[in-house]
Amino acid sequence: MSDSSEALATHELRHHFENMEQQRGASSMGMWVFLITEIMFFGGMFMAYLAYRYEYFLAWQEGSQHMNFWIGTVNTAVLICSSLTMVLAVLAIQQGRRRLTSIMLAVTICFAIAFMVLKGMEYHEHWLAHEFPGPAFHFAGIDPRHVEMFFVLYFVMTGFHALHVLIGIGLVSTMLYMNERGHFSADYHNPIENTGLYWHFVDLIWIYLYPLLYLIGHHHVG
Amino acid sequence: MATASAITAEREHYLNADYGFRSWLLTTDHKRIALLYLITITFFFFVGGFFALLIRLELLTPQGDLVQADTYNKLFSMHGQVMIFFFLLPAVPAVLGNFLVPMMIGAKDLAFPRINLLSWYLFIIGGGLMLYTMLTGGVDTGWTFYVPLSTAYLGTHVVLAAVSIFIAGFSSILTGLNFIVTIHRMRAPGMTWGRMPLFLWSNYATSIIQVLGTPVLAITLALVGLERMFHLGVFNPQLGGDPLLFQHLFWFYSHPAVYIMILPGMGVVSEIIPCFSRKRVFGYEFVALASIGIAVLGFLVWAHHMFVAGISVYSAMVFSFFSYLVAVPSAIKVFNWTATMYKGKIYYSTPMLYAMGFIGLFTMGGMTGLFLASLGVDVHVTDTYFIVAHFHYIMVGGMVMAYLAGMHFWWPKITGRMYPESWGKLAAMTIFIGFNLTFFPQFILGWTGMPRRYHAYTPEFQVLNVLSTAGSTVLAVGYLLPMVYFLWSLRYGKEAGDNPWGAAGLEWKTASPPPTYNFEETPVVTWEAYNYDDLPKEVPVVG
Amino acid sequence: MEKVISAKLYFTVWAILMCLTAATAALSYVNMGALSPVVALLIATVKGSLVVLFFMHAKYIDVKTTVLVIVAGFFWLSILLLMTMTDYITRAWS
Repeated sequence: MSDSSEALATHELRHHFENMEQQRGASSMGMWVFLITEIMFFGGMFMAYLAYRYEYFLAWQEGSQHMNFWIGTVNTAVLICSSLTMVLAVLAIQQGRRRLTSIMLAVTICFAIAFMVLKGMEYHEHWLAHEFPGPAFHFAGIDPRHVEMFFVLYFVMTGFHALHVLIGIGLVSTMLYMNERGHFSADYHNPIENTGLYWHFVDLIWIYLYPLLYLIGHHHVG
Repeated sequence: MATASAITAEREHYLNADYGFRSWLLTTDHKRIALLYLITITFFFFVGGFFALLIRLELLTPQGDLVQADTYNKLFSMHGQVMIFFFLLPAVPAVLGNFLVPMMIGAKDLAFPRINLLSWYLFIIGGGLMLYTMLTGGVDTGWTFYVPLSTAYLGTHVVLAAVSIFIAGFSSILTGLNFIVTIHRMRAPGMTWGRMPLFLWSNYATSIIQVLGTPVLAITLALVGLERMFHLGVFNPQLGGDPLLFQHLFWFYSHPAVYIMILPGMGVVSEIIPCFSRKRVFGYEFVALASIGIAVLGFLVWAHHMFVAGISVYSAMVFSFFSYLVAVPSAIKVFNWTATMYKGKIYYSTPMLYAMGFIGLFTMGGMTGLFLASLGVDVHVTDTYFIVAHFHYIMVGGMVMAYLAGMHFWWPKITGRMYPESWGKLAAMTIFIGFNLTFFPQFILGWTGMPRRYHAYTPEFQVLNVLSTAGSTVLAVGYLLPMVYFLWSLRYGKEAGDNPWGAAGLEWKTASPPPTYNFEETPVVTWEAYNYDDLPKEVPVVG
Repeated sequence: MEKVISAKLYFTVWAILMCLTAATAALSYVNMGALSPVVALLIATVKGSLVVLFFMHAKYIDVKTTVLVIVAGFFWLSILLLMTMTDYITRAWS
């Protein structure tokens, strides 16, 4: 560690920690504990999905067939790519390459925006097809009442996920801004790491939403 | 830090380090945040208590003469919501826990001081919304928000109350998160897990529940809000949903939540009993692991709230079995506290009186809990006053007694002053008598068939109801007494000194009130917890 | 100190994740009856594990307690799902 980076590291050490190592460990562990609260938050919705899929099996098949399979699949790929660029941003700052970090963060934001745009197109399509739950909901097939519930859960789950994507865009943008202002270095980059953890978590949720919503009834069409 | 002037009254500590509103409202010192919480929850305690008194007054006579059914529904709903979410849940963790967790492990502060302050602000926002809800007409869902009642039928401020609890829930999550990371990462050299005071073990177990359970309540309340506002079918059977799913999700949090309330109280008692028995706690490892056992098993019992709601009988049998099982770690604790007192040199000081009251009342509450775990008996007593009596024995007889025990035990540390001991004892006795007079008759009322949540009842229940109401006034006086002499002691109480009880534990090794960063230098722990064998057999302050 | 992992490994993980996405999408065209959701969720779990282990560095965490936190999270999620399902799958009247 050079003298200047050591000075910087001491500057970033908050008063109540003994050393940087303790601070880093606490911050990473805190983020993980936060993420398991997020898992339980989404867990409530997964529980509702599971119980109702068991009770209203056919309606769930029907509903799943009205998902836009291609947008769902492309969005899955988009999020995986954004996870890659995010982890590369963390790698870059670990190596002290600030310029590369900024580029990778910017690309991550672009992927996230692409995801939101595709999601918006998908919602718009459902809106036109009268698939928004509520008075305007119309479904011609069997058991429309429970198909409507499938759509309720679809919008609630993807809606809360999209909210997390938006928060993620905000966080990554903040990291980009702070990195441009020279806040981070090879010795101090906890916030970028934690933002990375958050972003991968958003990807993780989608990895499960994709089969549960898009794939589970798909084969009847194909 | 002023070491040279430590003996003089001018010594700098966390209370006089800085003055003015800004220094309090923007503080990140865990001790000051604890006091902010103390003021807030005391306020909510008296708000909730006010509702309770109105309820008891109405029940003085069989007819509805003080209030009518609608108002009564609001009274018990607001009483429950305020007491549970704005007093019981934060009471020990956010006040005593915030103050003591860093001190007991020898740290300067919690791991995330700013998040700690944020959690208080979230609590204030949630509490403010709750007050607004009350002032604009209140809510009458009960504290449980059962659907479809809450989403399709009631015209009161259901969404507002749900949002208020949603926000207060995040405050609770952040406190739990902070404690978990602090206990894992911030312990002083030598403070191994096996040397941690039991207060830390139980707060750690509490934090696990807060972190893992509360998010499920949050999403459940969010879904209730969505169903109510946008008519989205999630739980309402008219829209195709299953109201039992709501109950599963709600009780997945809300049953473990009673352990959020009682576990920290058990931690308080585990500190006080050894100190005033002048003995090492009996079976330290068992008491410590029992806390974790309760945290885990507590998540496997929730459907015992739904035995008559229409769940599968096979499922109910599984939940009944686990409900019996969760009594085991609780009983281990009671046995160990009793064994600690056995052949000890017992001082009947105020905290000890409260702690002993806790053991007795908690045991009664716990034993009646076993009645309710039994499938057959539960059918008989569901939704009667037996339930009300049972959970008040745990929540008020257990938790509030433990909270007051802790407040009396650590008051000298928090303020540097002693309260008048004789008044303390008087209040403890008044509360114990008032409590039993209030709630014991309710066991009989419930067993003989008086249903809960009605403002009127048949005349044969009146005698016991009058007893209960009389008890509640005694209880109210008992709760006002500590308020008065605590405030009195701030100015007139005698100086406490660093360790008035001759207690073990790191928090007693620093000054009272403690300096801003708790310790002049990071302590190194070389001794086991509760080393009372190495300490004087006398308690300095109590004769 | 934290472990720095090579970019090459990240690209490999990314490639596997993309392949698995393509595979699960393709398999959704095949009607395997009751096996379809099982296969889809199995692939999702493999993908999720890769993300947690490599992208989120769970495999390289120097703090053992953090591993405990992760395991606890999934354990409690399974309590919620499994214990609630004991009710739904044994209800005689549904």
